[in-house]
Amino acid sequence: MSQTSLMAAFPWLTTIGLIPLVGAVALVLMGRSPAGRTVALGFSVATLLASIAAALQFQPGASAQFQLAEQHDWIPQFGVSYALGVDGMALAMILMSTILVPVCLLAAWNDIPEGGRRQNTYFAWMLLLETMMIGVFAATDVFLFYVFFEAMLVPVYFLIGSYGGVRRHAAAMKFLLFSLAGGLVMLVAVIALYFQGPGGNTGFLVDNLTGLSIDPMTQKWLFAGFFIAFAIKAPMWPVHTWLPDAAEQSRPATAVLLVGVLDKVGTYGMIRFCLQLFPDASQWATPVVIVLALISIVYGGLVAIGQQDMMRLIAYTSISHFGFIVLGIFALTHISNAGSVLYMLNHGFSTAALFLLAGMLIQRRGSAQISAYGGWQRVAPVLAGCFLVASLSGLALPGLGSFVSEFLVMMGTFQRYPWVAAISSTGILLAALYMLLLYQRIFTGPRPGTQVVTVNGAPKILDSEGDSDLEYADPAIDPLSRADDIESAWGEDGRRRGPIADLTGRERWVVAPLIVLFLVLGFYPKVALDVINPAVSQTLQHVGVTDPAPAVGAVNGSAK
Amino acid sequence: MIPAAAVPAVYTPPAIDYVAIAPMLIVFTGAVVCVLVEAFAPRRLRHTIEFAISMVSLVAALGVLLVMGPSIRTMTLGGAVVMDGPAVIMQTIIVLLGGLSLVIMVERFRGRVADAFTPSGASIPGSSDEAVAERLGTTTEVFPLALFAIGGMMIFPASGDLLTMFVALEVLSMPLYVLTALARRRRLLSQEAALKYFLLGSFSSAFFLFGAALLYGFAGSVNLGTIAAALPVVNGKEGLLAAGTFMLLVGLLFKVGAVPFHSWTPDVYQGAPTPVTGFMAACTKAAAFGALLRLAYVGIAGARWDWEVIVWVIAALTMIVGSFLSVTQTDIKRLLAYSSVAHAGFILVGLIAFDRSGVSAVTFYVAAYGFATIAAFGLVMLVRSGGSEATHLGQWAGLGKQSPVVAGAMAVLLLAFAGIPLTSGFTAKFAVFAAAVGHAGAAGAVLAVIGVLCSAITAFVYFRIVVLMFFSERTDDSVGVLNPSVGTSAAIGLGVLATVLLGVVPAPLLAMAADSAQFLR
Repeated sequence: MSQTSLMAAFPWLTTIGLIPLVGAVALVLMGRSPAGRTVALGFSVATLLASIAAALQFQPGASAQFQLAEQHDWIPQFGVSYALGVDGMALAMILMSTILVPVCLLAAWNDIPEGGRRQNTYFAWMLLLETMMIGVFAATDVFLFYVFFEAMLVPVYFLIGSYGGVRRHAAAMKFLLFSLAGGLVMLVAVIALYFQGPGGNTGFLVDNLTGLSIDPMTQKWLFAGFFIAFAIKAPMWPVHTWLPDAAEQSRPATAVLLVGVLDKVGTYGMIRFCLQLFPDASQWATPVVIVLALISIVYGGLVAIGQQDMMRLIAYTSISHFGFIVLGIFALTHISNAGSVLYMLNHGFSTAALFLLAGMLIQRRGSAQISAYGGWQRVAPVLAGCFLVASLSGLALPGLGSFVSEFLVMMGTFQRYPWVAAISSTGILLAALYMLLLYQRIFTGPRPGTQVVTVNGAPKILDSEGDSDLEYADPAIDPLSRADDIESAWGEDGRRRGPIADLTGRERWVVAPLIVLFLVLGFYPKVALDVINPAVSQTLQHVGVTDPAPAVGAVNGSAK
Repeated sequence: MIPAAAVPAVYTPPAIDYVAIAPMLIVFTGAVVCVLVEAFAPRRLRHTIEFAISMVSLVAALGVLLVMGPSIRTMTLGGAVVMDGPAVIMQTIIVLLGGLSLVIMVERFRGRVADAFTPSGASIPGSSDEAVAERLGTTTEVFPLALFAIGGMMIFPASGDLLTMFVALEVLSMPLYVLTALARRRRLLSQEAALKYFLLGSFSSAFFLFGAALLYGFAGSVNLGTIAAALPVVNGKEGLLAAGTFMLLVGLLFKVGAVPFHSWTPDVYQGAPTPVTGFMAACTKAAAFGALLRLAYVGIAGARWDWEVIVWVIAALTMIVGSFLSVTQTDIKRLLAYSSVAHAGFILVGLIAFDRSGVSAVTFYVAAYGFATIAAFGLVMLVRSGGSEATHLGQWAGLGKQSPVVAGAMAVLLLAFAGIPLTSGFTAKFAVFAAAVGHAGAAGAVLAVIGVLCSAITAFVYFRIVVLMFFSERTDDSVGVLNPSVGTSAAIGLGVLATVLLGVVPAPLLAMAADSAQFLR
């Protein structure tokens, strides 16, 4: 017993947040050392292990809203505490972040070919971002949450602006201005919220701000202040325009952290702050929000179909998926909310897989244009297979994680708004279209620009023009290890320089954990839902809504 | 016939609390001794001697303020000087910031004289007189000038009556006019700036003096406490009160650079020697806001329903004009000038709270802004192209690769100006907006909303410089970064460090500001 309480008293969340911060500082101090990325990976894996250890301390059925809690005075003059704690939802988000960061670091292994200081700085920014992500999900003080919410813009800004594509400056600036505009409006709401609460040295604690009786007009204004910031972050139509640009211009690993994790702060904030702190205003705003969510679902899906750029396409699919998540949150039933939180998790992993696999394609072909591809399943079958699984997860095929969450969202919504659920089902149709069309255009069709002839038993690769500069794919060299040396298999003139390599060993390690997670969350979502459900119940209790009868008992993991 | 009874028969000199006014006495003594050194010491020794005297007097004044400050709460010199909480903390800030800027100001870059100043301000640019002065002259008059200005700035927020306030205003302004004119390079620009500053500054001083006279007509005294007591009892002289109040506000709002009295700011900030600009931006702002607080909270607070709407409008205009015009700037010094106008607007938002939290918020803001702005202008001074400062924004392109330390430090300061969390700028903005939202009702909330929107605009400006420094390629190969002396490096480093510390652990300074927020009336 005493050992249990000792374990619980250990500042787990601070530790998890500090490890990547220390790693980032270490990386900066290492200067030009080539060992930087290994050190970065080491720190991120250590963070993952620490977060798993912390998760094992978590008691899903406990009565307090936040566990693993820590609380110290920070700026008592403002009523600000350094207060951390997690419920099931926050814990799920933190675990998702700590899983995705090492995966992304591994995927970004060769992002900075010139190495040296620039490479170490790149990995340092990613680790710093991990600290911010953990902080934002773990904060149980509104001010502290805001600090992380805004401060995390800086690493993302540098990751896009310094390491991104050709139009990175404009994309980084657009991202920053959208986020800052939303965040600063939220700042006024944060300040005003304090004066509605009990005040004092701990006046910004979520606990102290929950269940206030705020005058309806003020509550609506405060809700709007928070909601606009979260809607930009999520992002929802019509404030989504920064996302496709940012995703297109980022490195794939950055795009994963941006879309997979950072944007979840928006939907997370809607549940934690909009629903919990302003329950009446949330119900008042429901019709508008649901309409916006429906537009996001349909609009994101339609526009995704028309994209020529893989990264933009994936970004637009995310806008559609975020529509589902927001719909589930504001349908305000237990099932839809549980579905939304689970969706946040699944979307993180499936978007990560799509972005990273797209990045691997781009690295091989040197182009993000879909039209530059075709027939790749013949030359890179493993890559094609992985991409297919990720696409199927994106379109919510039964047996993969997204299906469970999408189903729960729609079922929960149907309980209250049958027509809304019916309209949202078009999103599923569109998902099948944009995902399968994408797969078809990239991977099916004739072999890309080359043909292989067998001469004396050894494979030879022939240019499409059929000219004579035959190249031998030396069977003595493992093609998997070779590919790391190939920047792009295409020369500047658009002609092949060498064979297209399939996934390397490193790349398989990047994709494998994600596919395992698809399957686990698809076949046995109970492991996540058991943690999420109590958190959802508590939030909905604060809102004061009950599910419309008849309640359906499908939440407890039997959805498959 | 003059009624004889009105004149007291015996003149009793006012009691003087020497401990309370010791900080000011020390600084002025240092200034006077520096003038003597100018007269009697050989040229080659003057810089060293006067630097030592200046530092000793500033450190001594700072020591007295830090040690005795918390226990000094007194009116002295017949109510002309009020050493209460706000006065003590403002003086502490001014002495500290003044010392930092003086160290940067007299940077010699291994030369014979302070690098930023001309040895002969009166010589015609390009003339043979100037060449002779360059060869033989010194620039040490900077020390007494700066010390006199600091002394005046110290009296300004501690003035118990309008006449003392006016004298302080002149004592701090005159040396600044001269310092502005003394730039060593681009001398015509510098002289033009000084003339503009002098003419407009004289106008504003005249406004202030006229306002003081009108309030004397209203209350029969220039003492702020007496004026406050007269507000509810004097009838039939509302015209005098309204006109006097308005003119006093004009005089002070000119000094803080609020719109529409800001037009001197960009020209003067650009023309003055760069470290002097940093000094003006940080210390003048602190002193002027200290005086404005005292006038608004002590002197004419009772009539604030009549005039606070003017300040609301001016605060909104200052934020909006400052932020929008900073977008179009191409010169880093002009850009920082417009940014200082916008910051003056943010500080005014805290001032209109009319609450102790407003006083401590303004105090915190001027300290945070001062540290950041002195360091920022110090860094601008280091970036050179062919000997003179590379102030065009285009010349800053690619600075991150060339000098990561200078560009990194500048980036931290710019994040603070933009109000990104975990820097002093965020804490300061939060403090002023919280004071306004909490205590100024709907007007405070509206101003806070305008404030955050303007923050977003200025953030665009600051991040554009970050883009230039870190994401752009070098365009001008002549641009280089000078290696400063240990003192200047330490002063800039301290400014950057304070900017980060006041963002991460602001509680001590906030507590100090909150403890010092009570005016003696």
